[in-house]
Amino acid sequence: MNPAKSLISFTTLSGLGFGLLFWLGVDPSPPTGWIAAVFFVIAFALTLGGLASSALHLRRPERALRAFTQWRSSWLSREAWLAVAALMASGAHGLALTLGAPILPLGWLAALLALGTVGATAMIYTQLRTVPRWHHWSTPVLFLALALTGGALLSGRIVIASVLLAALAVLQVWVWHDGDKRFARSGTTLGTATGLGSQGTPRALFPPHTGDNYLLSEMVHVVGRRHARKLRVIAILLMSLIPIVLLQLPMPHVFGLIALVSHVVGVLVSRWLFFAEAEHVVGLYYGRR
Amino acid sequence: MTMLPRPEDRSGRKLGLVIDLDTCVGCHACVIACKGWNDQAYGAPLSDSDPYGDAPSGSFLNRVHSYEVAPDPQAGPGPPSGPPPDLRGGQTPTRHVHFPKSCLHCDDAPCVPVCPTGASYKRAEDGIVLVNEDACIGCGLCAWACPYGAREMDPSAGVMKKCTLCVDRIYNETLPEEDREPACVRTCPAKARHFGDLGDPGSAVSQLVEDRGGVALMPELGAAPVNRYLPPRERDTWAGETDVLAPWLEPVAEEPQGFLGWLDRTLGKL
Ligand code: SF4
Ligand code: SF4
Repeated sequence: MNPAKSLISFTTLSGLGFGLLFWLGVDPSPPTGWIAAVFFVIAFALTLGGLASSALHLRRPERALRAFTQWRSSWLSREAWLAVAALMASGAHGLALTLGAPILPLGWLAALLALGTVGATAMIYTQLRTVPRWHHWSTPVLFLALALTGGALLSGRIVIASVLLAALAVLQVWVWHDGDKRFARSGTTLGTATGLGSQGTPRALFPPHTGDNYLLSEMVHVVGRRHARKLRVIAILLMSLIPIVLLQLPMPHVFGLIALVSHVVGVLVSRWLFFAEAEHVVGLYYGRR
Repeated sequence: MTMLPRPEDRSGRKLGLVIDLDTCVGCHACVIACKGWNDQAYGAPLSDSDPYGDAPSGSFLNRVHSYEVAPDPQAGPGPPSGPPPDLRGGQTPTRHVHFPKSCLHCDDAPCVPVCPTGASYKRAEDGIVLVNEDACIGCGLCAWACPYGAREMDPSAGVMKKCTLCVDRIYNETLPEEDREPACVRTCPAKARHFGDLGDPGSAVSQLVEDRGGVALMPELGAAPVNRYLPPRERDTWAGETDVLAPWLEPVAEEPQGFLGWLDRTLGKL
């Protein structure tokens, strides 16, 4: 799939923002006053920045409000509702904290909605049987793990963040390892795609058009996969391993910040791979994956 | 509403196409007829980008691929869930198959429920899958959900385009009777495309599917496509099909005679 910048930055930034909102929501002794205000401003900047970036992906963004109508069937629509609900609950929670009057159940609700939003984003990808690498329970688990880890780092929870970073590394490596086998496991081949498999082994001879088209640029994006192995190593180092080490050093404010930057860059690389390595079955018709 | 119509609300009619891979000659006339009709009919005109420039591209609702099928003498190449392998003795030569592909108007269309706006829908009355272009936000999710590459974003209107089964021809009483079928079907010079009601077991298209063993594409993905593909018919073996003139083209003298014969024998002894 095409690793569109708008989708990579949207899923990464909003994941971080909602992860932070989750930890602020479940904190039994949350910050109050202007410290709370700063945390919530950061979280809102990330989530709203991410959502604005997602609108760039639309070809007709002026009609974006229509995306709220189909929550009964569409995960994209559910995500829109959950995002608005999570932001409203978090906004109220943040306001109460800033005014020094915490309402803890409101925080729990905000935390639940924040996780729900990340889950709905992941389900947009998970539901697609056409992309076997995504069509798996590990996709929402990975998105949630990333959001929780980033949120823990952002809110300065050093112990929780260290544990989550380690768990994230294991999960991510397994997702790559298993993901590489999912296309073959799905059983879809050029033989089933053309129905010619019962007559022998089909091979794409020539494509229907000489130039590029929407299908190829959007779903048969194979550019850059050559470097996938190297990028996986870079991603896991930046996203998990380096931050774990940095968090154990003294001066948490300095090294914590560096750990956060390293983590976010690593997540961006991992998210780039999430899209770039995902093979859509339509590529079979073109003899590619 | 992007819920698929409930079974009890459906009429039972399933309009669709039957495409004969045996007779398609790969002329791409259906591609052009489709483009021609749809750049001036239903919805936004089907546009191109940079058509005369360095990187021409454009949206099409029907495309013709070409495949080579090498007979597989040993193993069953089919999917575990697919039809049993028909190996034809491994005697047939490698074949060239043209493969037209457009929306298959799936019964359980995965492109419809993913749509956040309600723009994509499946009609209860005849099963045609359409896009209400005035509601489409151009998010592209439906094209991701389609296994068959049947949806393409219009490069200038920024809305999703797909085969309408020429919904503006098949019910159009201002057209002569014989033109009330999809433009691709009407134009095909090899009669490789057939249009009809696949929900009616007695219809001509259903009969064709039954007689020729028509298949569904990627049945394992569960989209339950309505369109069917008729596999290429069995061919004779190499032996019978090489060339009718072959017997006359045999070398007249198998053994060299005269001087050449002497040379051949002598050289052979060295
Ligand atoms: S072929 Fe693709 S666009 Fe057409 S109904 Fe099936 S899933 Fe939808
Ligand atoms: S591109 Fe248009 S029709 Fe397709 S899912 Fe998005 S809004 Fe619906």
